[in-house]
Amino acid sequence: MVPVSYYVVLSAILFGLGVVAFVFKRNIITIFMAIELMLNAVNLAFVAFSRMLGQLDGQVFVLFVIVVAAAEAAVGLAIVIQIVRNRQTLNVERVDLLKF
Amino acid sequence: MSVELILFFVFAAIAVAGALLLIILREPIHSALALILVMISLATLYLLLGAEFIAAIQVIVYAGAIMVLFVFVIMLLNAGEEERTNLSRLARYVGLPLGILLTLQLAYWIGQSLAGHAAAPLAGTTRGLATMLLRGYVLPFELTSILILIAILGAMVLAKKEF
Repeated sequence: MVPVSYYVVLSAILFGLGVVAFVFKRNIITIFMAIELMLNAVNLAFVAFSRMLGQLDGQVFVLFVIVVAAAEAAVGLAIVIQIVRNRQTLNVERVDLLKF
Repeated sequence: MSVELILFFVFAAIAVAGALLLIILREPIHSALALILVMISLATLYLLLGAEFIAAIQVIVYAGAIMVLFVFVIMLLNAGEEERTNLSRLARYVGLPLGILLTLQLAYWIGQSLAGHAAAPLAGTTRGLATMLLRGYVLPFELTSILILIAILGAMVLAKKEF
């Protein structure tokens, strides 16, 4: 039997790596992938807590998180396509119209 | 060590390695494949946790649908190797230590506060999940369909040629 804390620690590590990827990647698509990684880490914590408490509410939340992630990916990638069409670049440093 | 513990460590190592590869590799398509690796290994961890339905959804929706969308867009935009630009000094000297610090702190304190909690047995999770989804959570469940519809419309409007 694996202790629940192991799963949650793994989830924390994956979330941290997602944050690092979000900060350090320059490609806008890869930054989206970092967000997906963080959502996955949160899902793992939800399922682990659901197992720890013996209740299924956490797994229901995971389903909703997956639905929201799918919607976010569809809209986000459409925005990415529009950015590339207007600016011909995937580098977030070149998309700086609102940057001070 | 039990078989379960060995399986956990193997797939946890694969997941962390995939996340590191996502950061290290410079081609977006390689990063996408690394992320798929993370998602598949998380699906096996869900199986170990007794969440069979979530594991199936993870493979079908996440690794299947969402990542195919990502790969499709990468191919469509012909995204090549990431440009090697000078990171801003703020990101390099403040962001990296803070990111590592956040990871270690989260892992340490969560591990400390949860040590000793045993897992409660779960039986027949798929049946229970369906019951909960269609009884207690039926309103949010129906609202997600509206959310998906709006997302489809939004994506179509945004990706239109003359915007």
